[in-house]
Amino acid sequence: MSITYLEAIRLAQQRVLAEDPRVFIYGQDIGGFGGAFKATKNLAKEFPGRVLDAPISEDAMVGMAIGAAVEGMRPIVEMQFADFSTCGLNQIVNQAATLHYRTGTPCPLVVRLPSGGTPGGGPFHSQSMEALYAHYPGLVVMTPATVEDAYTMLLEAVALDDPVIFCEHKFLYYHLKAEKLPEEALPFGKARITRPGRDATVVAYSAMVHEALAAAEDLSQDGYDIEVVDLRTVKPIDTDTILASVARTGRLLVVSEDWPWGGVAAEVITRVAAEGFGLLDAPPQRLNARETPVPYHPALWGTHRPTASSVANSLRQLLEL
Amino acid sequence: MTKGSSPVQTISSQALGNGRNGKGRVTKEIARRSFRTMLEARILEEKLAALYRSGKIVGGVFLGRGQEALSVALGVHLRRGDIYAPLIRDQAGRLAFGDTILDTLRTYLGSSLGSMRGRDGNIHRGRPSEGYHAMISHLGAMVSTVCGGLIAKRFRGETGVVGGTCIGEGGTSTGSFHEGMNMAAVEKLPIVVVVANNQFSYSTPNDRQFACDDLLTRAAGYGIRGRRAVGNDLIDCLEVLGEAVAAARAGEGPQLVVADLLRLVGHGEHDDASYIPAALKESPLGRDCLDLAAEELLNNGWVTDSELSSWRTAVEKEVEETAGKVLREPAPDPAEEDWNAFAVVGRNLSGEDEE
Repeated sequence: MSITYLEAIRLAQQRVLAEDPRVFIYGQDIGGFGGAFKATKNLAKEFPGRVLDAPISEDAMVGMAIGAAVEGMRPIVEMQFADFSTCGLNQIVNQAATLHYRTGTPCPLVVRLPSGGTPGGGPFHSQSMEALYAHYPGLVVMTPATVEDAYTMLLEAVALDDPVIFCEHKFLYYHLKAEKLPEEALPFGKARITRPGRDATVVAYSAMVHEALAAAEDLSQDGYDIEVVDLRTVKPIDTDTILASVARTGRLLVVSEDWPWGGVAAEVITRVAAEGFGLLDAPPQRLNARETPVPYHPALWGTHRPTASSVANSLRQLLEL
Repeated sequence: MTKGSSPVQTISSQALGNGRNGKGRVTKEIARRSFRTMLEARILEEKLAALYRSGKIVGGVFLGRGQEALSVALGVHLRRGDIYAPLIRDQAGRLAFGDTILDTLRTYLGSSLGSMRGRDGNIHRGRPSEGYHAMISHLGAMVSTVCGGLIAKRFRGETGVVGGTCIGEGGTSTGSFHEGMNMAAVEKLPIVVVVANNQFSYSTPNDRQFACDDLLTRAAGYGIRGRRAVGNDLIDCLEVLGEAVAAARAGEGPQLVVADLLRLVGHGEHDDASYIPAALKESPLGRDCLDLAAEELLNNGWVTDSELSSWRTAVEKEVEETAGKVLREPAPDPAEEDWNAFAVVGRNLSGEDEE
């Protein structure tokens, strides 16, 4: 049996629905239709009344989840695309994120964001929103890169008492596969050293982990040994694992599919510069998406986002500094 | 003010002959309780204004003067187990729902002993885990939040519960309000949404806020029941809100209540409201709901002059004593605040790391 990243998300939801009566799912076209990507396929049939179609009202969808969470439920909101979550931004950042701080009442909800670019997605079906949400105190932001993490981290997201922004990458939905789902997971908020190395560290997350791994493989042909760190959760961020890696390699490249301004890559570099300046043998570098809206045509899109090839180029430049 | 007659289902004022919309079922007991709460709200807010003027309250002070009758009429009809999400001018409704003079003063004065512990202030207070939601400033947001609370109760099989929330006519222009109303209608939730049409959203008059003849017509657009109340008439507000809450409780779905009235103060105490025309203040809309209610209760023989006088004395004493006590309470200490608690989130109720 082989399980895709998307199926792992479906199975995680099936499991929390089965095990926790507080869980329900709310989103557009997720009921009988099973969702735009089929992340809730057959769940409405299996759990009648608990997988509910929502009107096209992202603000109210999140507001509803907040009210239900306050009453002790564990709602999962599916945004059809991460891009549309900006229509619910106010409820997420001003109500869900502030509620526990202001009132002492927890707000345990999960907002699932089908994130990131795919060929032909274009400006409004391709965005990476993690930095935007990580900016606001009170939110957890998860960015799983593997089938196993997609499964265990979604279980974890539902168990947490804080609002969680769950950034699942659409590009990984179908082609990323695992033979079985794990019984155990890394601790919450812990980064993973996906590939150990000694010459340079690449910090990445979500789909960029796979571009970084391919680039590391490429550079191994030249005799370089590249370490790849998968952040898994961008907030909280596992600064300790990053610093420990940089202490081994002395060189840092951060890769993010998001735009550079105020992004996760900027945050990682700030932390390493502030807390680990002496560990660095070269200026820390970042590779982000180009600073334009995400383009439609696959030829433009393939250049807009970091790829194994552009990561490898950045690494070669870093190794020469 | 409304510009024309409403096509939606309301009881004709003319048919009743007294300008009222309700059916005349308000009891002496509920009228007395409501009036007493309005009085508490009025006297408490006068104290808040004085504390603001003397520099004891930082930030804004937002009063509900002139809106107490409508506000109390929702709060008094809700009960424990219901959900209440008040807005900016709902001191009376808050007190009726169970908020206290003490916690109001603590929140306004930033006492560390208040429910918000200095982390939020003034009207942004509540105890969400007890069904008393703490509004955010972004108007319309609480409609869907109340919907969520009601859906949670539906999941748990709790019946006979109601959610109530309030908004001004300006807030009805937000997308959030529209989304929330539509969601409530789609889910047929037992929610009562009260629109206090006080003619000005801060300084913006209604002809720059909406173009429909009557906000009540929006009920038909959402496919829900709409009702009108006379906003400065306590008995009418109690009747109409009583009917609306009862209908929601009985499973008749969302209820929109629209009432015209006039805010008798500025948007906040920093605002002299010079934009409100004198003619409007002198019109029937500008009559003070507290005076009108006192007059009617006296005429009905439901209260005596000496009772009113002793109520006022007792409330003034309570407010003064409570303010004195709260002014001596500790402010939040930045040195004791856990500033990292929200930088590293990810708590679990079953774990030890819950705050």
